[in-house]
Amino acid sequence: MKLTGLQIFKLLPNKNCKECGFQTCLAFAMKLVAKQVRLDACPYVSDEAKAVLGAASAPPIRLVGIGTGEREVKVGEELVLFRHEKAFFHKTAIAVQVDDRLSGDALGARVREAADFSVERAGERLCIDLIAVKELSGEPERFVAAVARVREMCPLPLILISRNPACMRAGLKAAGGTRPLLWGADRDNADELAALAKEAGAPLVAAPGGSIDDLAQFAAELAGRGVDDIILAPSPAGAADRLAAFTLLRRRALSRAAPGTGYPTILSVPGGGYEGAAAAVGGICKYASIVVLETPSPWHYLPLLTLRQGIYTDPQKPLQVNPGVYRIGEAKPESPLLVTTNFSLTYYMVSSEIEASEIPSWLLVVDAEGQSVLTAWAAGKFNPEVIAKAVVAQGLDTRVPHTRLIIPGYVAMMSGDLEDKLPGWNIMVGPQESADIPVYLKEVWTRLGT
Amino acid sequence: MLLPATDVIYYTTIMNNSGASAINTVRIGNTSSEGGTRAFSIEVGGGNCLPFHHFEGTIPHRPVIAWEIPDVRPDDWCDTVKGPYLDFLGDPLRWARCVVDEKGARLICLDLRGARPDRENRSAAQSVELLRSILKSVPVPLIIRGPGPGERQNGVLTACAEAAQGERCLLASAVAEEYKTIVAAAAAYGHLVVAETPIDVNLCKQLNILISDLHFPADRVVIDPLTGGLGYGLEYTYSVMERIRLQALSGDGMMQMPFINFVGPEVWKVKEVKVPEQKEPQWGSRAERGVLWEISTAVALLHAGADLLVMRHPEAIAVVERTIDGLMKKG
Repeated sequence: MKLTGLQIFKLLPNKNCKECGFQTCLAFAMKLVAKQVRLDACPYVSDEAKAVLGAASAPPIRLVGIGTGEREVKVGEELVLFRHEKAFFHKTAIAVQVDDRLSGDALGARVREAADFSVERAGERLCIDLIAVKELSGEPERFVAAVARVREMCPLPLILISRNPACMRAGLKAAGGTRPLLWGADRDNADELAALAKEAGAPLVAAPGGSIDDLAQFAAELAGRGVDDIILAPSPAGAADRLAAFTLLRRRALSRAAPGTGYPTILSVPGGGYEGAAAAVGGICKYASIVVLETPSPWHYLPLLTLRQGIYTDPQKPLQVNPGVYRIGEAKPESPLLVTTNFSLTYYMVSSEIEASEIPSWLLVVDAEGQSVLTAWAAGKFNPEVIAKAVVAQGLDTRVPHTRLIIPGYVAMMSGDLEDKLPGWNIMVGPQESADIPVYLKEVWTRLGT
Repeated sequence: MLLPATDVIYYTTIMNNSGASAINTVRIGNTSSEGGTRAFSIEVGGGNCLPFHHFEGTIPHRPVIAWEIPDVRPDDWCDTVKGPYLDFLGDPLRWARCVVDEKGARLICLDLRGARPDRENRSAAQSVELLRSILKSVPVPLIIRGPGPGERQNGVLTACAEAAQGERCLLASAVAEEYKTIVAAAAAYGHLVVAETPIDVNLCKQLNILISDLHFPADRVVIDPLTGGLGYGLEYTYSVMERIRLQALSGDGMMQMPFINFVGPEVWKVKEVKVPEQKEPQWGSRAERGVLWEISTAVALLHAGADLLVMRHPEAIAVVERTIDGLMKKG
């Protein structure tokens, strides 16, 4: 809930004492709305006003940190239901689960595979965020051994999964002050787990089972016991239920009307293979703050992390690369010159296809405000004027004396105009799809004999 | 206690859909009682809520997957998706029969890519001949995808529309620069059209209006918002679909068409499905990576509102069908 200036004004002392630096309380209230001043600039503000304004200024979904230091994972603090309304902010954290019945080698291999996974994509390093250690043995010693092994092997923050307070206490000790996420509290163990979480300053998963109303009520009770960092674990019966539970929790949290819902959420995806991946996709799209892959195959990682990267980009700010001339391979003055827009995905597709062709080339990237070729063309951002200007500005007539420019097939219609604007240049129409670039370069360019 | 320094707007849309607005129900295929020869027809759309929101609306029809059948040998297809079809590459008729008889396909998408001048340059007559034989021996409803914008598209699709008169096929695609011929053919011979626009809410609505200005019924139009594959613009398609769907549900009649996403063609051309394991060991098994790339793209689009998915790999299709079962509460 966002308060208006007038609503804030009513909560102020209305003394017009000017001690805040403003002429009137109303003027101060307006500055508060614009977030240009802090409430504590008013020496006379009441506790009631502090409480109300504090609640209104807190994010609708709490930001919860797991782990410590550089690899700390932060989830929550989302503000919208649909990414186009603003953006999603704290990426769905991806956790890979191991259990304490695994042999040391099997556990080690799984952890190594997850922790070592790292791929660079669109200028970002894609990695697994968390390791979840599940207690299935019922024996605190085994759980401790598994937790210790994982810690020894990788620096990723942990999720400790056990309903058994004795095991959890032991596991938490083995985690040694690294603020693992404790999963989780239910109606039977709430007292002990809440005490453990508070003592360790660790976040706690609320997992009482039942409906999301039961879940919210239970989370509110945990908060009442002094647990601040809570993660909600709905227990859906199937895919449709999962979507309903996570959607309703997000909605209620954003409406701020339902106590106990303003927390991040966690989804456990049982099963490996394709089905597990499909469920994880649903979780990433629709409101899971953390997705735990119970039995992942390593080939899950790349598509899921790629999806997460896309869904969590800021839709108002398309990923852009810097305009300019890019040299791909050992391009020489006689190498082909292609042009495209500065939308990063367009750039990555085109450049990767040129690389695949193994024909060194120049790629002119023009500033089309980060739009793809077709979109930019439709919006008038990728037209003969823009391209001609870039060619001249980059001095390409001397850098590539053959003065041949390959334009994307989708904008073939502009080739005549472009030739008019670039006297002396020969405009060649390349393929529509970047996937066809290798064939084009091999067949058309090589045939030119340049 | 202080107010956050950044200008955070708690901006959110809480849907309060009364159920007054729904997506159009589009029926593909005519049975004999409807003037065609299909064994059954397929309905998509009709929902009055966001995708799979059974808790606040009704969703009468499940999303449907169409199996992509190329008219000529798809030499450019990635080997891992050609694999399951090795017996029929270049024999679209047997290919179509197999997916219908053995894989349970209920909808096929005949891709007339061979008519492209830069490919096999097949004539409209050749396309028609193939279409006639498929109509004769394959009983399911049909999507007919032309060779792509241009004169060839109009010639091929018009000839096919005439040859398939009364079958209520879905013709793909009408685009803003060139929609009249295809819409006229669909109107004259009793078909449906796909209205394709490049990932843009306003252009989408504009084309739908242009088509409706030709007095073509809105319930015979399907929106292609243009599909980006996973890692290649999927999130743009995803958000444009969500925006279109929200507008549709809030009462905009020019946005209430179901969606079609051409998933297969987008997914199977990207680097990630092609690069061999030796080159990128971390990416995992290439065969499985490709299938998963298609599944992930399709499932994300289902959550954004996809009603028709055109797909390639039988395993990916099977998994997405089961995912739809689950989302329709049947699994």
